[in-house]
Amino acid sequence: MPVLGADMERGTLSRWRVTEGDHVTKGDIIADVDTDKATMEVEVFETGVVERLLVQEGETVPVGTALAVLVAAGETAMAASPSPVLAPSGDRAAAQPVRVEASPLARRLAAKLGVDLDAVRGTGPRGAITRGDVEQAASAVSAATPPATPVAALSVAVPAESPPPRATPPTPAPAESLPPPATAVAAHAPVPASTHGADADRRAAMRRATGALMARSKQQIPHYYLGTHIDLGHALRWMEEANLERSVAQRLIPAALLLKAVGRAARDVPQMNGFCVDDEFRTVDGVHVGVATSLRGGGLIAPAIHDVDQKSLDQLMEDLRDVVERARTGTLRSSQMSDPTITITNLGDQGVETVFGVIYAPQVALVGFGRVIERPWAENGLLGVRRVVHATLSADHRVSDGHIGGRFLSAISNYLQEPASL
Amino acid sequence: MSESEIRATVLGILTRIAPEADLTALDPDVEWQDQLDLDSMNLLTMMVDIERATGVTVPERDYPKVSTLNSCVAYLMSRTPVAQ
Repeated sequence: MPVLGADMERGTLSRWRVTEGDHVTKGDIIADVDTDKATMEVEVFETGVVERLLVQEGETVPVGTALAVLVAAGETAMAASPSPVLAPSGDRAAAQPVRVEASPLARRLAAKLGVDLDAVRGTGPRGAITRGDVEQAASAVSAATPPATPVAALSVAVPAESPPPRATPPTPAPAESLPPPATAVAAHAPVPASTHGADADRRAAMRRATGALMARSKQQIPHYYLGTHIDLGHALRWMEEANLERSVAQRLIPAALLLKAVGRAARDVPQMNGFCVDDEFRTVDGVHVGVATSLRGGGLIAPAIHDVDQKSLDQLMEDLRDVVERARTGTLRSSQMSDPTITITNLGDQGVETVFGVIYAPQVALVGFGRVIERPWAENGLLGVRRVVHATLSADHRVSDGHIGGRFLSAISNYLQEPASL
Repeated sequence: MSESEIRATVLGILTRIAPEADLTALDPDVEWQDQLDLDSMNLLTMMVDIERATGVTVPERDYPKVSTLNSCVAYLMSRTPVAQ
């Protein structure tokens, strides 16, 4: 059961899209999972044959539970003899259907951190496990509760794909005092064909889950806040001129420019991009930006757009359109919910001028944007009227201080002054 | 397209974008962005759908002219072949 959001404790497998014996290719959708927030499509991260389905439709299981056993091409099924269902008993079970490729450094680090390489998805050449993969998996393990929830060898679980959004506190946060995960709701309404009652239940569950996550964040993360006004005049004029040459469907919106600027700035200031687990900061290779998206009818979800700093504005527009549409229709994919490394929230369309955000643990920073408004703006001794946005940063004092946060906001502003470079 | 056809087309597009909205309660002279809680991505989607359904391309600078149901219908009426 992949982690599909920082507040997800468990999920209900609402539908298998494969059967035992099916051949699947990396990226295929193999199942639908219901969480408190939405129905999401689970992708498979390896190519192979589905040897065994371990979780039944309608069954609710904790995050980290193996859903199925996949046997890679050329491997024998004999090797895969997992225990039937990896209940959260601490039984690490599960067989080893596929040879694990890992660098010596990654192996040493895994041994040191107690990471099971079998449960790590490699992102290196030919899927080899890198040091970064091990570090991410380690953070997943330490952030998760219950601690011994096992992950099957080559299951569709996604420890490496998803760092540990589940930010259960190292110091006890009163799990018993927090609202229950309420996934039973999902069990009652497994598929989108929901009634009004089920929708209301889901909204209530989502509100509880969001509240619990935010409470933990505020309890554990020493937030600090910075804000700056950014002149968007250059960026918006550039965008409007660019849009004149584009078809309607290819037009850019300001959110894409802001997204790219944040991605580039996060690359420049890595203390804003990563995870803090057990008071230890772990940087990550990619810049995966969670986009806080309000759901029609209420609720909030923050799917990730991956490698934002590397993508063109056109690609980011496509990705934005996709995640927003999927978020609002309950068809997000597991990869879109698994590993944001920093989050943006933009409430400008709602008329908000300034956002004071709460960090999505275990991330370490959240950027807020308000409404673009015309303001008097003095520059080089001249007073004019500019279109301005108030950008804010909520950041984790365990990882950075105001000086570094200021550099980050300054980098965002600088990128927006040169929109053609985005 | 007739005015009623254009109006129905626009309402159909709004229904798809904001399926939970009660469009019978929509004030046709008040900006729908406020009434329907639309964001900039919704508005872009709407312009794409309007172009697809009516053949009228709304330039960005004209967005303020199509910000209510009545103004949008009037704008499209003035630019569709039948209306001319």
